[in-house]
Amino acid sequence: MMHIVAICGAGVGTSGILKVNAERALARLGLEATVTASDAASVMTAAADAQIILTSSELVPAIGKTYAEIIVINNYFDLDELADKLEEALS
Amino acid sequence: MPLPPLPDDAINLHASAGDWRDAVRLAGNALERGGFTAESYSDRMIEVIEEFGAYVVIAPGLALAHARPGPDVLNSGIAVVTLAEPVVFGHPHNDPVNVVIGLAVTGTEEHVTTVAELANVFNDAGSIPALADAPTAERVRDILGAPAAE
Repeated sequence: MMHIVAICGAGVGTSGILKVNAERALARLGLEATVTASDAASVMTAAADAQIILTSSELVPAIGKTYAEIIVINNYFDLDELADKLEEALS
Repeated sequence: MPLPPLPDDAINLHASAGDWRDAVRLAGNALERGGFTAESYSDRMIEVIEEFGAYVVIAPGLALAHARPGPDVLNSGIAVVTLAEPVVFGHPHNDPVNVVIGLAVTGTEEHVTTVAELANVFNDAGSIPALADAPTAERVRDILGAPAAE
């Protein structure tokens, strides 16, 4: 199963919103993946087996080295943006 | 699952903030007046942004100010602050901000239903401008689908 991690600074709040809306975007695309939420400090363990990291441009430097593909989301509530970027990354 | 109760005391409409720190502090004050947090929570929300940047500006015009659970979170809840004049947080796409939602949670698990409900509300792109223009606390609760205080 594909693993997608949503990352925010504190691990509560914004990453939860990103997780919920990523799941909605995946459902719209007809794709299945496990989506989890985590904070920047735990990204090394939380995203160790992840294929994709979803986050804000502001947090990319905090994520550091990773084998996962990092997708930057501008508007966390825009399901079109999420679906387009996920579809491009997964195709 | 509706949002937690949103008392009038946790809503501050068309407030004045000189900069993003002021705006976050207003959200912290509203959380404190609503009985959700103690005074130090404002500083912790500001520290999150100082450490990680303006990522809390998650959509155009909207900041979701928050910090980790801690002893200064008395009850989980949200507060809503709208700004008469928008302020810049330093986000590359979503500035300036005229709606600040303060979020406080007592544990990392229980926030999930609250943020899922916030996602439902704001997936409607009209919700942020509607909140920014809301003239009364009652209208804010209507937009968010949040009950008044018990």
